[in-house]
Amino acid sequence: MLYFTRWRAAAILLTAFIVCLCAVPNFFPASMVDSWPKWAQRHVVLGLDLQGGSHILLEVDTSAVRKEKLETLRDDVRRVFRDARIGYTGLTVRGNSVEVKVRDGTNLTDARAKLQTLSTPVGGILGTTGQNSLDISDDGNGLFRLAVTEPAIVERVRQAVEQSIQIIERRVNELGTVEPLIQRQGTDRVLVQVPGLQDPTRLKELLGKTAKLDFRLVDLSMPAEQAQQTRPPPDSEILLSAASPKQPYLIEKRVMVSGGDLTDAQPGFDQRTSEPIVSFRFNTAGARKFAQVTQENVGKPFAIVLDNEVISAPVIREPILGGSGQISGSFTVQGANDLAILLRAGALPAPLTIIEERTVGPGLGADSIAKGKISSYVGAAMVIVFMLVTYGLFGLFANIAVAINVAMIFGVLSLLNATLTLPGIAGIVLTVGIAVDSNVLIYERIREEVRGGRSPINAIDAGFSRALATILDSNITTFIAAAVLFYIGTGPVRGFAVTLGIGILTTVFTAFTLTRLIVATWVRWRRPQRVPI
Amino acid sequence: MKLLRIVPDDTKFDFMRFRRISFPISALLSIVAISLYFFHGLNFGIDFKGGTLMEVQSKADTADLAKMRSTLNGLGLGDVQLQQFGAPNDVLIRIAEQPGGDAAQQTAVGKVRSALGDDVTYRRVEVVGPRVSGELLSYGVIGLMSAILCILVYLWFRFEWQFALGAMIANVHDIVLTIGFMSVTQIDFDLTSIAALLTILGYSLNDTVVIYDRIREMLRRYKKLPMPDLLNASVNQTLSRSVITHVTVSLALLALLLFGGQAIHSFTATMMFGVVLVGTYTSVFIASPILIYLGVGTGRDSLSNPDNKP
Repeated sequence: MLYFTRWRAAAILLTAFIVCLCAVPNFFPASMVDSWPKWAQRHVVLGLDLQGGSHILLEVDTSAVRKEKLETLRDDVRRVFRDARIGYTGLTVRGNSVEVKVRDGTNLTDARAKLQTLSTPVGGILGTTGQNSLDISDDGNGLFRLAVTEPAIVERVRQAVEQSIQIIERRVNELGTVEPLIQRQGTDRVLVQVPGLQDPTRLKELLGKTAKLDFRLVDLSMPAEQAQQTRPPPDSEILLSAASPKQPYLIEKRVMVSGGDLTDAQPGFDQRTSEPIVSFRFNTAGARKFAQVTQENVGKPFAIVLDNEVISAPVIREPILGGSGQISGSFTVQGANDLAILLRAGALPAPLTIIEERTVGPGLGADSIAKGKISSYVGAAMVIVFMLVTYGLFGLFANIAVAINVAMIFGVLSLLNATLTLPGIAGIVLTVGIAVDSNVLIYERIREEVRGGRSPINAIDAGFSRALATILDSNITTFIAAAVLFYIGTGPVRGFAVTLGIGILTTVFTAFTLTRLIVATWVRWRRPQRVPI
Repeated sequence: MKLLRIVPDDTKFDFMRFRRISFPISALLSIVAISLYFFHGLNFGIDFKGGTLMEVQSKADTADLAKMRSTLNGLGLGDVQLQQFGAPNDVLIRIAEQPGGDAAQQTAVGKVRSALGDDVTYRRVEVVGPRVSGELLSYGVIGLMSAILCILVYLWFRFEWQFALGAMIANVHDIVLTIGFMSVTQIDFDLTSIAALLTILGYSLNDTVVIYDRIREMLRRYKKLPMPDLLNASVNQTLSRSVITHVTVSLALLALLLFGGQAIHSFTATMMFGVVLVGTYTSVFIASPILIYLGVGTGRDSLSNPDNKP
C-alpha cells in the first residue's frame, strides 16, 4: 500500500497537476482567455442563477401541426381531383382524417390510385421508417377516408420543431444578445437560454407570435356584420382587425400570396403621413403572384392578415408589378420594428407556448456568487482548522489532498464546460465534508491498528488497505443518488448533481492516490517510530 | 502535540440496549411524520404546484408590504402571497397557478409588472406552467424511488440481503422523518428539496455502509460473539470516525446555512436536519439493531453475555 514506484508516483502527480491546470482559465478575465488557443479555452460556464439571464421553455402546439397537415391534405385532394377531372362532393376534414365523396359513376380504382399518390413514405432521420404517411380506406360507395398516420405526424412535429429552432434563432439574434442557447428538449419542446437578459418581455413577445402573414382578398358579397350574424359563405371567414376597436372583416379563405415569399422587410416611415410602417419585398414567385392578383382586382380591397388578424385592408389602386409594398396599420415604432423582425425571421410552423420561465437579474446573480464564495471559504476554513486540531500533521496531509481535490473538481468542470450553479457551489462545499471522510476513515483505521499493536509502518499500510474498500462502498451509494438526481433534475439542481458526482469521483481518486502518496513519501523520508495521530 | 479527541479510544457504550426504546420511538415519529404530510401538508413551491414566483427589490429602503399586498390582491389573480426575503427591501411574491393553462400564467406576470411599475427591480422571476409542474413532481417522486431501488440492488450485491433491507428501512425512515420536518417547518418544498432528500439518502447510506462494513468484518472474525455485543463493538469502533465526519460535514453545512443566503436556505436547512440529526441517530440506533431482528447471526446467543470474551 505504501510502495509507489517512481513511475506511478510521477503519473499520479502529473494527472493531478494537469487536471488542476484545466481549472486555470477560470481565473483570468474572458478577454484574455479568448486570445489563447482553442484547446486552452475550456472553462466553467456560470449558470443563469449566478450570471443572470433568462431561461424560457417553449412547447410546440402539436394539435396545430396536426390541423395544418390535415388542411394541406384537403387542399391536395382538391388539387389532385381537379387535375384528374374527378368530380367530388363533401370534401371536409373530419376528426383526424379528410373525407371526400366522389360522384356516382366515377371509376373508384382510378380515384383511389390518384389519392394513393398523395401518400409518401415517412422518412425518419436515419431514412425511411417503412411507413406511409396516409391510410386510405373507402366504404365501397365512393366515400374515401384519408387518415394521416401517427409516424407522419411525429415526423411533421419533428420538422416543425427543427424549423422553429431556426426561426427562434433568427428572432433571438435580432435582440443582439450574448450567445443564446437554443436547443430542442424532448419531442416537442425548445429551450431558450439567454444569459444577461433581464427583461424577457420583448423576447417573449417575439417568440409568442407565429407571424404568419397572408395576403387575401376581401369578400364583398355581403357586409361583414351580416355574415357575423348569419353564416359566412363557405369559402370565406370572419376575421377581426388587429387594432382596437375590433372591426370584423369578411375575408376569403384562399391565400393569394403568402408571407413565405417575402425576401425582406424593413421598418420605415410613410412618406406622406410619417406613420411607422413596414416595407416589404417579394421574391420572384411572390412578386409574380402579387402582380397577377393586383392586376385582376384593381379597385377591390386586399387584406393583409397577420396571425388571423387583419392588419389593414387597403384598396388596390393600381397593379403592383415591382413586387414590393408597405404595410401600415397604426403601428408604434417598436411595433413596426418587431413586425419587420418577425417577417424577416419567418413564420413559425406552429404556435409556441411558454410553459416555463425563469429569469434572474444580475443583482441576484452577483449576490449569489458572493455568498457562494464566502460560504465556501468559511466552510473550508472551519474544516481545515478542525482537521489540523484533530490529526495534526496527518490533518495537514488531508487538507492538502482535499485542496487538490477541489482544484481537480474545477478542472473537470472546466474540461466538460459544465455549468456551475448556486446549488453546485453547495455541492462543492458538501464534497469537502465528504472528502474529509475518506481521510478520516483511513486515519481512524490506522489508529486502531496502532492500538492493536502493529508497528507504525504496518499500521499505516493496514489502515489504507482496510479502509479503501469501505471508502469505495460508501461513495458509490452517494454517487448513485447524484446520478439519479442528474437524470431527473433540471437547471440548478442538475448543476448540484454534476458537482456532487464529479466531487465523489475526484474524492475517490485522491483518497486512493494522493493521500497515500503524501503519507508514503513522508514515511519514507521520516521513517517514524510512532504514528503521530 | 496534544490532538483533539472528541471520542475517547475504546469506548464501550451499550448502544444496542436502546433498541427496545429506539424502535418504538422511530415507529411513532414515522407515523407522526406521515400524518403531518397528509394533514398538514408540505409547502409545495411553484416547481410542483405551478404558478409564479417573483423576487422583487423595492427602490425604497424598506418595502411597503401592505401597499404591495393590496395592489396585487386587487388584480384578481387569486391567492397572492408576499413575504420579506432577506434584506428589508426584498420581497418574495408568490402567485398561485392561474386557470387557463400556460398562457394565463404569462398574462398574470404581465399584470403584476404593470401594477408594480417602476417602484421595483426584478431580481428573479420564475413561472412554471401546469404541464411542467406536473412533470417535475412525478420526476421528483420517481427519482427518489429509483434511487432507493438502485441503492437497494447495489447493497444486495455487496452485502447479504438482511443488510440491504436493514439499510433500506433505516434510510426510508430518514426520508420520512425529514419530510415530517419539512411539514412542521413549512419550509419551501421545491426541486432543490428533492436534491436535499437525495443527498441525505446518499449520505446516510454512506454512514450506514461504514458501520455495516465493520459489522461484516466482525462477523467473520468473531464467530461466537452474541449479536448485541458484536453490534455494540462495531458501533463503538466506528464511533470516532462517525463523530469526526459528522462534525466536518456539519461545519461545512453550517457555513452554507449562515452565509449561503436565502436562495439556498431551504436546501441547506433540510440537509442540516437530515445529515446531523437523523443520519447519526439512524445508523446507530436503527440500522444496526435491525440486523438482529432480520436474523443476522442466528446461531449465536441472542442475549448479551458481557463475560463472554471474544
